Amino acid sequence: MTRSVVITGVGAVSPLGVGASALIERWVAGECGIEDGAGRCRDFDPLQTLSKKEARRSDRFAQMAIAAAAEAIEQAGLAERLPGAAHRVGCVIGTGIGGLPSLEENQRKLIERGERAVSPLAVPLMMGNAAAAAVAMRHGLHGPCYGVVSACAAGAHALGDAMRMIRAGDADAVVAGGAEAAITGVASAAFAAMEATSPSGVSRPFDARRDGFVIGEGAGVLVLEERGAALARGATVLAELRGYAATCDGYHLTAPQPEGTEAARAIELALADAGLGPADVDYVNAHGTSTPLNDRSETVALKAALGERAREVPVSSTKSAIGHLLGAAGAVEAIATVEALRRRVAPPTLGWEVPEEGLDLDYVPGAAKPLPEKEGPLVALSNSFGFGGHNAVLCIAA
Amino acid sequence: MATEATKENVEKVIYDGLVELGTDRAQLSREATLEDLEVDSLDLVELAQIVEDEFGVELRGDDVKDVETVGQVIDLVVSKAG
Repeated sequence: MTRSVVITGVGAVSPLGVGASALIERWVAGECGIEDGAGRCRDFDPLQTLSKKEARRSDRFAQMAIAAAAEAIEQAGLAERLPGAAHRVGCVIGTGIGGLPSLEENQRKLIERGERAVSPLAVPLMMGNAAAAAVAMRHGLHGPCYGVVSACAAGAHALGDAMRMIRAGDADAVVAGGAEAAITGVASAAFAAMEATSPSGVSRPFDARRDGFVIGEGAGVLVLEERGAALARGATVLAELRGYAATCDGYHLTAPQPEGTEAARAIELALADAGLGPADVDYVNAHGTSTPLNDRSETVALKAALGERAREVPVSSTKSAIGHLLGAAGAVEAIATVEALRRRVAPPTLGWEVPEEGLDLDYVPGAAKPLPEKEGPLVALSNSFGFGGHNAVLCIAA
Repeated sequence: MATEATKENVEKVIYDGLVELGTDRAQLSREATLEDLEVDSLDLVELAQIVEDEFGVELRGDDVKDVETVGQVIDLVVSKAG
């Protein structure tokens, strides 16, 4: 019998504010956190959650992960259970790049002032596993702990890995998610050089005028737990992480495979993993980057995987409200999906106005709309795709 | 030009450095132990960098491995500079 994995806590730092509530409530209300062509977390003050020493020893992506994890762990009521079963609690936090601001700062010191100016903290600040390590250290978690690196699919891969860890019996709970803070000189210039980011600075997924993604930053962390363990300690179950699958295009370093063949297969496998089919899907939280290539191939993949059902299901992109959070995107969007299902609402794809031939799904333009009531939980898919051809799909029920 | 490593100058730089690293200034004294202040090996390497920038005195891991109090750190820097 497969162990059921439930979500008992969520925490987010996003361009819509600090906290999972700010993320979902402001998105549903149609508010956008993008300013001056970037989705910055302007409200985030690390010292609200971290000690001065913790903050000094964490790059911004890890600081955000620590804050998001603290929120999720508090909601889950997990703190009261530790440290008795701490060896049964894991921590997996993905990132696309890791501590890029620290890398750039120390590179500058090296060039300007020489080797002895480089900080002894440089490596622990920039390493991609720093967020997972910091969260485990703060909360005394002793189960399996590591970072996941798969570009813009990292957050979803981390949640998938965490789910499998619980199903396999290696952990009873896993604090899992993604974090990214790469709005830096090098990253912004590099994404612009490859013409991946939007010259207009507008994120409008699936709209004919879309011209690239808008870079964002933030973190999303969830507490995943084996259902029996969660119920035994009286935790409130927010949702079930019911299915997960990952595939790879094996096609191109940055471009998605145009027919979305492997993305479609990931969707089909995630549904199969959940024991569900296309008819069961009530909402799709799309990867929807606002790049010309992704939004087209994702639409093709959804049609291939869901058939006729693809035209009936609302499909919206969180990136229209916060930009592309890269390695944090999959986790922050999973949280948005959980909260959208709980509120029985499909949040809108902001800015969508002009249709493009072939991009003919219900992208929820204009304003949020209610999801149809049905017996039992509603089911959603959350897609994440990353440079390198990584496809990770989560199936969430609430 | 390096600052002169007088006892007063070194004390000020070490105190300011420890505060910058996250220590509460009210807890600082010559007698305070590094352990009580939660100053660990990474802090000491950062502190050594600050001292080197300010006084041109190079402190290696071996130099500080037996140091227990803030006063001992100050004295070590002053004696190495002399």
